[in-house]
Amino acid sequence: MARLLLDHVSKRYGDFHAVRDVTLEVADGEFVVLLGPSGCGKTTTLRMIAGFITPTAGSVHLGESDVTTLPPWKRNAGLVFQSYALFPHLSVAQNVAFGLEMRRLGKADIAARVAEALRLVRLEHLAGRLPRQLSGGQQQRVALARALAIRPDILLLDEPLSNLDAKLRQEVRVEIRELQRQLGLTTVMVTHDQEEALTMADRLVVMNEGAVRQIGSQRDLYERPADRFVAGFVGRGTFLEGRIEGPGRFRTEGGLVVRCADGAAGSAVLALRPERLEIAAMPLAGVDNSLPGKVEFVSYLGAASDVHVRLSPSDRVIVQIANRGDGFTPEIGATVHIGWSAAAARLFPAGSVGHDA
Amino acid sequence: MGRWALNGAAGLALGFILLPLIFVTWLAFFRQEIPSFPPEGYSLRWFAAIADERKFVDGFFLSLRLGVLATLIGLAVGVPAALCLARFRFPGRETLGSLLLLPLVVPGVVLGTSMYVFHVEAEHALDMDILGTFLALLAGHSIVVIPWVVRLVTASLAGFDRTVEEAAQNLGANPWVTFFRVTLPMIRPGIVAGALFGFVTSFGNLEMSLFLVGPGRTTLPIAILQYLEWRIDPTIAAVSVLQILLIGGAMLVTDRFVKISRVV
Repeated sequence: MARLLLDHVSKRYGDFHAVRDVTLEVADGEFVVLLGPSGCGKTTTLRMIAGFITPTAGSVHLGESDVTTLPPWKRNAGLVFQSYALFPHLSVAQNVAFGLEMRRLGKADIAARVAEALRLVRLEHLAGRLPRQLSGGQQQRVALARALAIRPDILLLDEPLSNLDAKLRQEVRVEIRELQRQLGLTTVMVTHDQEEALTMADRLVVMNEGAVRQIGSQRDLYERPADRFVAGFVGRGTFLEGRIEGPGRFRTEGGLVVRCADGAAGSAVLALRPERLEIAAMPLAGVDNSLPGKVEFVSYLGAASDVHVRLSPSDRVIVQIANRGDGFTPEIGATVHIGWSAAAARLFPAGSVGHDA
Repeated sequence: MGRWALNGAAGLALGFILLPLIFVTWLAFFRQEIPSFPPEGYSLRWFAAIADERKFVDGFFLSLRLGVLATLIGLAVGVPAALCLARFRFPGRETLGSLLLLPLVVPGVVLGTSMYVFHVEAEHALDMDILGTFLALLAGHSIVVIPWVVRLVTASLAGFDRTVEEAAQNLGANPWVTFFRVTLPMIRPGIVAGALFGFVTSFGNLEMSLFLVGPGRTTLPIAILQYLEWRIDPTIAAVSVLQILLIGGAMLVTDRFVKISRVV
């Protein structure tokens, strides 16, 4: 296992910047997830680590060596593909042995390490099968065993769970994470699924339009999103557009005046978490802000309900109410009051690239 | 009702195809020299007669040699060509693809005539023996093999998942090893089928070969034709039966490794 360093890495295709100036360090044994919508550059970044794409600028270091221009077959990176990419003409054991044969290990060593890798993913009993005779979940585990058998310096996972059904996905998440911890694998995973990212990562890298928007722990990203994009992509956000008029004063587009934390005067976006907004039939006391509004839409989600509340002709927020069976559930058309403390809101300069969740 | 009609039509078509084969096979075992019905009795003498007819024996070995060599050349040219056509985008790609399949649609007589004229001209210009040589004949046969290889290998590349090749490289295989250990085995069905059909086409080719053979160099189909000009005894039928067995056997053996119905 080794540490990974991406040093100001960029990839350009003509005028298109697939990846812009990404710098990232992954510590030995750390599990880092690259998270972002499709086309954000996360897969390109992963492929640059694996060596399938050469960066236009910057360098890639694996362990002590600079591997920027090293072809994939000379790097010791184990990649699990989204489609698994198993060799259809080889048995499970032969698939796992492939990388070991390329490393010219002896027959006995290969057999031992194939058995070990298959035991790790609990597939010893299927060693003789062909990939097409396996279920999706089993194929995924073969792909993982094949990548682990070469004892890679780094494990790379490209949306490894996206082809599994929802229930299996939850199990495999935990399995992969446990295996990664047990073996102390330095791991980089790519996904667009925030729940998957949040459950598996030690640290997350949120990307959008080729650039890193924020690097941090789950808590960092949720409590202190760096911009509006992160606020909308990690967890949920509900936003009020407007401007900061003076210290602690925010005026929404619809003319509502709201108390907020200090920020530079000018156009801004106030970001709120739907689950941190309070809602009541009466004006709320003891909070910094309490605004009346009209319920426009309610969606019942089981554990919670989303209530869409119009505060002014151009301001609307979403409030999430936990469903404890005894609470207040407003109806469409009802007048309600929405409250939050100034500290619960985050302010971002307006125009920081949109893409609301 | 519709099902009956469909089965009936299929049976009729199948009978139409198989009937000549059945009659030829039957005929090969007739005892009398002049084919007439009903047979006077059955014998294997016509099969024994083949061995006495030098032209058939020589023709068989020439056709076999031609077929095998033309197939090998067809593979050496056709497999890389199919890979390039399937994987690279370059100007003239479509034209090249059609050009490589052209020998399938050009009538054998036209192909033979044009090659004959070309050989005459080339011989004249280069001042060397070309017309009627084995190599010239082989070149012609290679040309009819290539389209089969290109077509069937291209078909097997159509659904090829290239991330499998990336997986091989990720595991330490350089592009060369990747090709031989991963790509080639994965397109093997197409290669085997292309080789088989190419061989059969070459082995049975009559029209084009008529223009290209030289003195003392007679392929089996031509030997059969020449024999027929003078005699009609069941020897011809016996030779045909042997051909059917050879080609049918090759198909069956191939089908064990590759499901022919999947690639054609």
